[in-house]
Amino acid sequence: MSNDLFEGELVRLTSEDPQVLAEAFARWNQNTEYIRLLDSDPAHLWSAKKIKEWKEKDLDAAFPNILEFGIRTLTDGKLIGFIGFDGLNWTDRDTYVAIGIGEPDFWSKGYGTDAMRVMLRYGFTELNLHRISLTVFEVNPRGIRSYEKCGFKHEGCIREFLLRDGKRSDMLLMGVLRSEWEQLQQE
Amino acid sequence: MENTKSLYEGRLVRLGPIDHEKDPPVLAGWTNDPFWRFILPGVYHPLSAEGARKFLEKVEKEMEESKNLFHFTLRAKDNDRLVGLSKIHWIDFHNGTGVLNLGIGNESDRRQGYASDAMELLLRFAFNDLNLHRLSVWPSEDNFPFIQEVEKAGFEEEARRREAAFHDGKYWDVICMGLLKAKWEKKL
Repeated sequence: MSNDLFEGELVRLTSEDPQVLAEAFARWNQNTEYIRLLDSDPAHLWSAKKIKEWKEKDLDAAFPNILEFGIRTLTDGKLIGFIGFDGLNWTDRDTYVAIGIGEPDFWSKGYGTDAMRVMLRYGFTELNLHRISLTVFEVNPRGIRSYEKCGFKHEGCIREFLLRDGKRSDMLLMGVLRSEWEQLQQE
Repeated sequence: MENTKSLYEGRLVRLGPIDHEKDPPVLAGWTNDPFWRFILPGVYHPLSAEGARKFLEKVEKEMEESKNLFHFTLRAKDNDRLVGLSKIHWIDFHNGTGVLNLGIGNESDRRQGYASDAMELLLRFAFNDLNLHRLSVWPSEDNFPFIQEVEKAGFEEEARRREAAFHDGKYWDVICMGLLKAKWEKKL
């Protein structure tokens, strides 16, 4: 991995103008598979304007508990997704991480896994976190596989959390401890 | 069908609204007990009466604006005294999920049956009136009284967020426990 804190093998984490990110979100959110794997909230077509307002509000927080980056390809700088820490807790040194690859052409090719690896390094080496957490739906095997590759361990599930198409499914909890992540870097 | 049960009246406690005049000094007194950091997220220090007043105002404002929080004061039925706080929060109405929290203020009021009585009211409210499908609680592994209380109510461990909480000089697991409506109905 590069010495650049924000650079991986395939992608770079970038600071994005809220307008640019909001327009991308408004476009990506129209993909049913993407939005249903991303969020337990009902799919909804929010405007770029509304999404921009939310992002600006997050940026204005004096003591941030949300840190969000764009994900751009190293080859041509194309914006393909986002990754962010959400709910940073500075006394527990724990945070949730959320990721979305909005451009379907970049699914299953290692871009998300690469971005997550960069984000974990940032969380542990720069933010000095003790652990990093995430939730993923059991109906998202692609996501689960990617998180396992990054070092996340299964910690259980919230049973029957999601109701879609009349069927209940679980939400899995995963987490990686700093000590586990350090161990992985040595292997 | 008969429906005579009061939503808010138990055997020992009553679920009530906040009393913005009388409750703040009582709550401020409780926060001298470090146990309260388990109940009030982000409150790591004793609150002044003024701090408690602001806290309770914030709670009510959040309840009004977010629409996915139901906060109740717990009052002893015999003399209307404030004995604890409770809430069902992070409600996701479309999936039918929520998170429950409850705390009894004074050491002398714990293990007197207030919490079990309140739990019964809160579960009935969550499942029969809010139409939720499941409830979660997230105690730190060292919060034994609360874990015992929710186990008695039927909650089961579903996940363990390893070392996700820090207090008293070390990291502790956060236990994710859940209760499905179907199980609650069987227990009735």
